[in-house]
Amino acid sequence: MNKYSVHIHGWLLLLPAAALLALFTHFPAVATLYHSFFSNPRKGREAAWVGLENYRVMIDDPVFWQSFANNLWFALGTIPLSIALALLMAVWVNGRIAGKAFLRIAFFTPTVLPMIAVANIWLFFYTPQYGLLEQLTSLAGLPSHNWLGSRDTALACLVVVTIWKEAGFFMIFYLAALQGMSPNLAEAAAIEGAGRWYFFRRVTFPLLMPTTLFVLVNAVINSFRLVDHIVVMTRGGPDNVTSLLLYYIYDVGFKFWDLAYASALTMVLLALLGLLAIGQFVFLDKRTHYQ
Amino acid sequence: MLGKRVTQCFVAVLAALALGSAQAQTEISFYYPVAVGGPITKIIDGYAADFEKDNPGIKVKPIYSGTYQESIVKALTAHKSGTPPVTSVLLSTDMYTLIDEDAIVAFDDVATSAEDKAWIKSFYPAFMANSQTGGKTWGIPFQRSTIVLYWNKELFKEAGLDPNRAPANWKEMLEYAQKLTKRDASGNTVQWGVQVPSSGFPYWLFQGFTTTNGVELMNATGTETHYDHPAVIEALQFWVDLSRKDKVMAPGVIEWGTTPKDFFEKKAAMIWTTTGNLTNVKNNAKFDFGVAMLPANKRRGSPTGGGNFSIYKKSTPAQQQAALKFIKWVTSPERAAQWGMDTGYVAVRPDAWETPKMKDYVKGFPVAAVARDQLQYSVAELSTHENQRVTKVLNDGLQAALTGAKTPEQAMKDAQREAERILRPYKK
Repeated sequence: MNKYSVHIHGWLLLLPAAALLALFTHFPAVATLYHSFFSNPRKGREAAWVGLENYRVMIDDPVFWQSFANNLWFALGTIPLSIALALLMAVWVNGRIAGKAFLRIAFFTPTVLPMIAVANIWLFFYTPQYGLLEQLTSLAGLPSHNWLGSRDTALACLVVVTIWKEAGFFMIFYLAALQGMSPNLAEAAAIEGAGRWYFFRRVTFPLLMPTTLFVLVNAVINSFRLVDHIVVMTRGGPDNVTSLLLYYIYDVGFKFWDLAYASALTMVLLALLGLLAIGQFVFLDKRTHYQ
Repeated sequence: MLGKRVTQCFVAVLAALALGSAQAQTEISFYYPVAVGGPITKIIDGYAADFEKDNPGIKVKPIYSGTYQESIVKALTAHKSGTPPVTSVLLSTDMYTLIDEDAIVAFDDVATSAEDKAWIKSFYPAFMANSQTGGKTWGIPFQRSTIVLYWNKELFKEAGLDPNRAPANWKEMLEYAQKLTKRDASGNTVQWGVQVPSSGFPYWLFQGFTTTNGVELMNATGTETHYDHPAVIEALQFWVDLSRKDKVMAPGVIEWGTTPKDFFEKKAAMIWTTTGNLTNVKNNAKFDFGVAMLPANKRRGSPTGGGNFSIYKKSTPAQQQAALKFIKWVTSPERAAQWGMDTGYVAVRPDAWETPKMKDYVKGFPVAAVARDQLQYSVAELSTHENQRVTKVLNDGLQAALTGAKTPEQAMKDAQREAERILRPYKK
C-alpha cells in the first residue's frame, strides 16, 4: 500500500462520522452565525443585512443580562455541589455496607427519570401549604413560604432540583473509577500508617482527577443546557428571576419568532461554552494525573 | 442528482397511490392541542370518524400537537418549511401572529356563499372579538372560556356567610376574604380567603380586574396598549393589596396549575380560574361549591380565552373547502352543545343553548350557564401584533408588582414603555 492510499483509507473511515458532524453541528453553527447578522424576515419584509445590530440590541436588553447573571449563579450553585455530592455518594456506596445495591439504585434513580417528570414531582414538593416541603417546615413550626413564587427562593429551588437530578449520574463515573482502583494502594498506605482522610486526600482524590475533569465538563455543559424544569416549574418567572440563557433563547426564537436575535443569542452562548471548554482543558489538564 | 432522481421516483409512486385509491380523496391534517384533562382526544377522534362517515370524499387526520404553546411552534415551523397543517385549533390571541407570518387565510375568502356568511355571524360576538380584525374573520371559535369565581359553600357557612351568595363586587370580595382567611395560634395562615393565580399567563387573570374596572388593555387593531392607564394601575394596586396589604391571598406568584387542587384541599375558599375547569371541579371537589361571575367594580366583565379554528394559506383550495366543511360540521349547534357538556368550555353559539339536550343539562347543573351569562359583559383577551412579546412585558411587570420588586405604577409604566417600543413598526 502506498502512502496516498493509506491517507485515503483513513479519510474514508472518518467520512461517515465527519459528514454527520458537519451536517448536524458545524453547518448549523455557521448558519446561525450568518443569520445573526440579518434582520428578522416578516410578512412583506425580507431579511436584510444589519451587521452587528442584533448584538447591539443585546447590550441594551435587560432580560438578556438578567438571564446571563441567573445562569452564572445557577452554574455556581449546581456544579460544585453536585460534584461534591456525587463523590461523597460514590465513596459511601463503594465501601462495605449493608444494602449497598439498594443505595446505589436509590442514588441513580433520579438520573433515569425524565426531567419533565422530575420537575412535575418537585412542583408538588414546593407547593405552598400542603406540599412535602411545607409539611416538613410546618412540623418545625416555620411559617408557610411560597418557594417558587418569590424572587429570593425561586432560582435556589431550581438549583436543588438540578443537583438532585445530576449527582446520581456523576456518582456512576466516580464509582466506576473507584472500582478500577487497585486495592494494593490502600493496603500499602495502611502499612505505612496513613489515615483514611490522608489516603483519600493524597491518593484517591488525585487518582480521580481524570474523572473529575470529565464530570466537570459535563456539569458545566449541563448548567447551560438544562432548561426543561424551568418550562414546567416557573416559565422563567417570577419576573425573569429564573430565566436562564437557553430558556431565553427559546422564548425569543419560538415565542417571539425573532429568529435573527435568537441566532445572535445562540452565538453568545456558543462562544461562552467554547471558552469554558478551552479553559477547562488547558488549565485543568495540566493538573490532571492520567494513569 | 441522485436526490432529484429519488424525489421523482417518490412523487411517481405517490401519484400512483393517489390515483389507485378511489376518486382522489382530500386529506385534511388538523393540529389539535390538548389543553385540559379528560378523554379529549377520544372525543376528537370520534368527531373525525363521524365526519368521514357523512363525507366519504374527505379524510380528517387529527394530530395531537401538545400544549397550545407547542402547537403554535409546530404549526409555524411547519408553515416555514412549506407543509403546514390544513387547519388547526390555536389560541385566539395568536391571530395577529398567524396573520403577520402570512400563515392563514381569512374565512371570508373561503366561506363565500350567503349561507356561509350567515354561519360566521352565528357565534357569540364576545368570542368574535378575538377572531376578527381589519373587517375580516380569521378564526372560528371552538373551545372558548371565560374566567369565573368558584367558591366553597362549606367554608362560607363556617365563616358565617350566606353559602348561596357569591361576592358581587370588589369590596364584598375583600370583606368575604377577610372573614374566610384563617390563621393558627402562631399566626401562620392555614386557609386563604381568595386566590387569583399569577404564574405563566397572569395577564389573563389581570384582565378580570381591568375589565371590571372599566378599562381595556389594548385597542381593536392590536397596535396599541394601555398598560399605564390610571384605571389599569388602580386594578393592579387592588390585586397586589389582596396579598401584600390585606393579607387575604398568599404572597408571591401563585401557580396556575395547582390552584384547583388548593381549592379541593380547602387551602383557598374562593378561586379565580377558567370555566374549562368546571368538569374538573365538579368531579373532584368533595364539598358543595358555587360558580359565579367575577365580582364587579365599575362594571361586570371578564376576558374570553381559549382556542379558535383557522385555515392555512399553503393548502390547496380543495383542502381549504374540505376544512371549511369540517369546521362547519363540528361547530353545528348540536355538536357545540355536546362539546360544552363534555368539557366545560362555553358552547360557542346561542342556538347551541336552545337544543333540548343542553336545556336538560343546564336544568340539572345550573352553574354550567354562568359563563354563558357572563359573555354579554366579556371583552377580547389581550392580543396585539408581536403578541407574545407584548404580553410578556406585561406578565413581567405584573409579577414584579406581585412580588414587591416594583410598585404597581412603576411596573405598568415600564411595561407600557417596552410595549410601545416593540409595537413601533406597526403604527401607521
